[in-house]
Amino acid sequence: MAIEEAPHHWVRRALFPACAAPCAAQAQTAIGAQDALRPAGIQAGHILQLWHGTVALCLLVFVVVLGACLLALWRAPRGSRQSPADLGTLDDGPGTRERRLLYAVAWGGALSSAGLVILLAGDVLAGRALAQLPVSGALHIELTGHSWWWEAHYRDPVSQRSFATANELHLPVGRAAIITLRSDDVIHSLWVPNLHGKLDLLPGRTTEIRVRADRAGTFRGQCAEFCGLQHTMMALQVVAEAPERYAAWADGQQRPAASPGSGSAAQHGAQVFRNSQCAGCHAIRGVAAGEGVRIGPDLTHLASRQTIAAGMLPNARGHLAGWIVDAPSLKPGVRMPAIALAPGDLQDLLAYLETLH
Amino acid sequence: MNIDAADEAQLEATWRDPPGWLGAISAVNHKTISCRFMVATFGFFVAGGILALLMRLQLAQPSNSLIGADRYNQLFTMHGTTMMFLFAVPVMQAFAIYLVPLMIGARSVAFPRMNAYAFWIFLFGGVMLYVAFFFDTGADAGWFAYVPLSTFKYSPTKRVDFWAQMITFTEVSAMMEAIVLITTILKMRAPGMTLNRMPLFVWGVLVTSVMVLFALPAVVLASTALITDRLVDTRFYSPEHGGDVLLWQHLFWFFGHPEVYLIFIPPLGFISTIIATFARRPVVGYRTMVLALIATGFLAFGLWVHHMFATDLPELGKLFFTAASLLIALPTAVQIFCWIATLWSGRLWFRTPLLFVLGFFAILLLGGLTGLMLASVPLDLQLHDTYFVVAHLHYVLLGGAVFPLFGAVYYWFPKFTGHLLGETLGRWQFALFFIGFNVAFFPMHLLGLQGMPRRVYTYPAQTGWTGLNLLSTIGALAIGLSVLLFIVNVARSWRGGVVAGNDPWSAGTLEWSVASPPPAANFNVVPVVHALSPLWQPGGTPSHVTGLSGEHREVLITSIADAEPDHRLWLPASSPWPFVAAIATTILFIGSIFSPWAVVWGAIPVAAACTMWFWPKQDMTQHRRSSEVPP
Repeated sequence: MAIEEAPHHWVRRALFPACAAPCAAQAQTAIGAQDALRPAGIQAGHILQLWHGTVALCLLVFVVVLGACLLALWRAPRGSRQSPADLGTLDDGPGTRERRLLYAVAWGGALSSAGLVILLAGDVLAGRALAQLPVSGALHIELTGHSWWWEAHYRDPVSQRSFATANELHLPVGRAAIITLRSDDVIHSLWVPNLHGKLDLLPGRTTEIRVRADRAGTFRGQCAEFCGLQHTMMALQVVAEAPERYAAWADGQQRPAASPGSGSAAQHGAQVFRNSQCAGCHAIRGVAAGEGVRIGPDLTHLASRQTIAAGMLPNARGHLAGWIVDAPSLKPGVRMPAIALAPGDLQDLLAYLETLH
Repeated sequence: MNIDAADEAQLEATWRDPPGWLGAISAVNHKTISCRFMVATFGFFVAGGILALLMRLQLAQPSNSLIGADRYNQLFTMHGTTMMFLFAVPVMQAFAIYLVPLMIGARSVAFPRMNAYAFWIFLFGGVMLYVAFFFDTGADAGWFAYVPLSTFKYSPTKRVDFWAQMITFTEVSAMMEAIVLITTILKMRAPGMTLNRMPLFVWGVLVTSVMVLFALPAVVLASTALITDRLVDTRFYSPEHGGDVLLWQHLFWFFGHPEVYLIFIPPLGFISTIIATFARRPVVGYRTMVLALIATGFLAFGLWVHHMFATDLPELGKLFFTAASLLIALPTAVQIFCWIATLWSGRLWFRTPLLFVLGFFAILLLGGLTGLMLASVPLDLQLHDTYFVVAHLHYVLLGGAVFPLFGAVYYWFPKFTGHLLGETLGRWQFALFFIGFNVAFFPMHLLGLQGMPRRVYTYPAQTGWTGLNLLSTIGALAIGLSVLLFIVNVARSWRGGVVAGNDPWSAGTLEWSVASPPPAANFNVVPVVHALSPLWQPGGTPSHVTGLSGEHREVLITSIADAEPDHRLWLPASSPWPFVAAIATTILFIGSIFSPWAVVWGAIPVAAACTMWFWPKQDMTQHRRSSEVPP
């Protein structure tokens, strides 16, 4: 059977959606919107406005120039190899047809210049609008790019909340956020098209982007600068929600991890976490080991996130188990090694991780 | 003007490369070298195209597992690298090497041995890259190889080293070709061909070659610093040791953006040539066209930062580059208007070369307009590094360069081979290419706006990008089919096509005055030029140069601006040493991937080969002495 199929398998795989394990899983859940044409924030709105104006002008130019070209093709007489070259055209003195053609070209150049000035003015105005986002009382987020995940530190100067999370940002609708961008390794780029254009995360430099979500919803962002093997699998969920819901979420994130009830499977799971390789790379606040470690994402409130592995898999028990046991086969190149755990230990660890709301 | 058979045979014997395998590696005739160059670049074009088709098959469906992340990253890196470094820039130089001497009435290019060396070094560099690819050491850091991803810390295998060394090969080749072309154009034009009688294609080549001399050193610096960073830990690009990651981007794009115009300006010359012939009149506004070419050449150096709008450069600085990026549209727009005016006032003869040029109008116009969008900082923040840019660059490069290039092949193929390409097959190829191209690349604009980033090996189905991606793949397959038709057409016409004669198009430039294919010396008698289109405009006297020796490879050197005869020069004989020197250089370059000591020891055979290359022959020196006329 396998032998019969072998010669055609790549054709089938190319033309039919036979999915690899990691992506097949993704197909089961909804993901956030990722579309520059449907702005959910004022910055993306400004850019879309400029886009519409630019497209209108460019479309006009396209129609006029191509129309002129087609008209020329339609009206010009037909020639052939025998047609002698028209050398009368070498005289472009005053009053000649050649001079009139040159005037037409000059007019075309003048109109083009005017169009370019309009475009430049539009660019300048849109740039000013982007720079004028009011940021008093803004939320501060430090976002660090790693290959291939996002580390976030929230610092709210108003409520004084401060906490770490990963791969999922929550933003209160209507309040600006100043996101400071850094990179821990190579260049990444933050791009959540529904909210704003992109900005690079540069090693050795700090950049800053200002966004505001004006509509609730879940928006997907994806690293936009090629950053190596799993560049494709470096996504970020941004949840824009009403200020009250955001406050509730932030309160939850602020708290240390819940302690599992004594004697429960989860309590044993916490021990497994501490005693296995997990704690070497991941922090869970309140669980001692791993405090301050930044090799892998902070897991203090893992269960509150929608996805794992930087937006690659839905956050469900089966996927989490598969990820823990053999991350490298799901996402080749990832720093997380395959973890050998006894089946009971794995189940208890999963039970513990599921308590981390 | 003809000469008698004995003189013609003598001329042929003097200029012909020797026969046999030793002759094959000793060849220095510009037409032989150019044909090899064209075939090699076309081979790389097909290879790069196959890589593109594989990528399109992978992206035809969401979450496809046909090609994994690692292979896909190699594919797009190799595709971009191949098309930019091994196809688009060198193919234009290859055409120029063939056509420029014929268009300006010269018997050869200047520095014919260096020309041969430049070809060999290009070939070896390209082959090296593909051999590495087949051994799973294909470059995988993108054709732009941004640091620090391409530094040793994040790319510890040899993949990036092969890529960086390939850059060294091609930049050596491209700069040598630029020197050959500039010298040929400025010093070897037939008497009477003043600068303002030079064909527009030759102007395009001159502008391009000068740009090469200014643009390439930036990438020489960048890639050499990358190589030494990787090889001997020099830390130009490590921020933790005081290096800087944006330095690479500035240097790379200071070369990389002019490179787009290195690819785009020679085709502007193809278009001017083809339109003039098939509209049966010289192009409107010769001086305007020349000034537009020169303006493009200057402005091309002032807009590299528009590739870096998403970095942390200051806003006011970015605005300057927006203005420059918008401004460069103007010279191109003016040229398009001149061409439309030419078509408007011409008598049109619709043949395949003209069809490809007309295809250029629609496609390049769209590509140019999306370029204006990318020049805007706010729009670029959304569009940068998305499929919108993929669409834009293919509209510009395929529309702006490959369409005119195919037109140029249909136009000059009879000169290269003596046979016309099939017209019916040519029209089919054009139609398939034009439709396939738009089906493949137009949807990518929409995909980019819908949020699809570049350089991703797959995408989840919920993004809704499936339909457009599938459409794009179908278009790509149509392009593949069109290229296949072209290969069939070439294979059928090479020997069996309609015999062309000297001038199948009744065109105006000098290359059509000689046999197809031209004799080894190009011109039996070197012409004297009296007008812009020498074959259309009645000539004056004298009509040709007399007194050049047929027994030696003697050429006439003329003055830069007015092409007044200055002196006679003997070009060197055919020689295998450029080939040997290229082999030695290749050993040095490839060796240095593995050990810095290869640069030290590898320099010895290179020096030895070059010494033999330049070793003077006693009898030649004596001949030359005796031929000199004392003042």
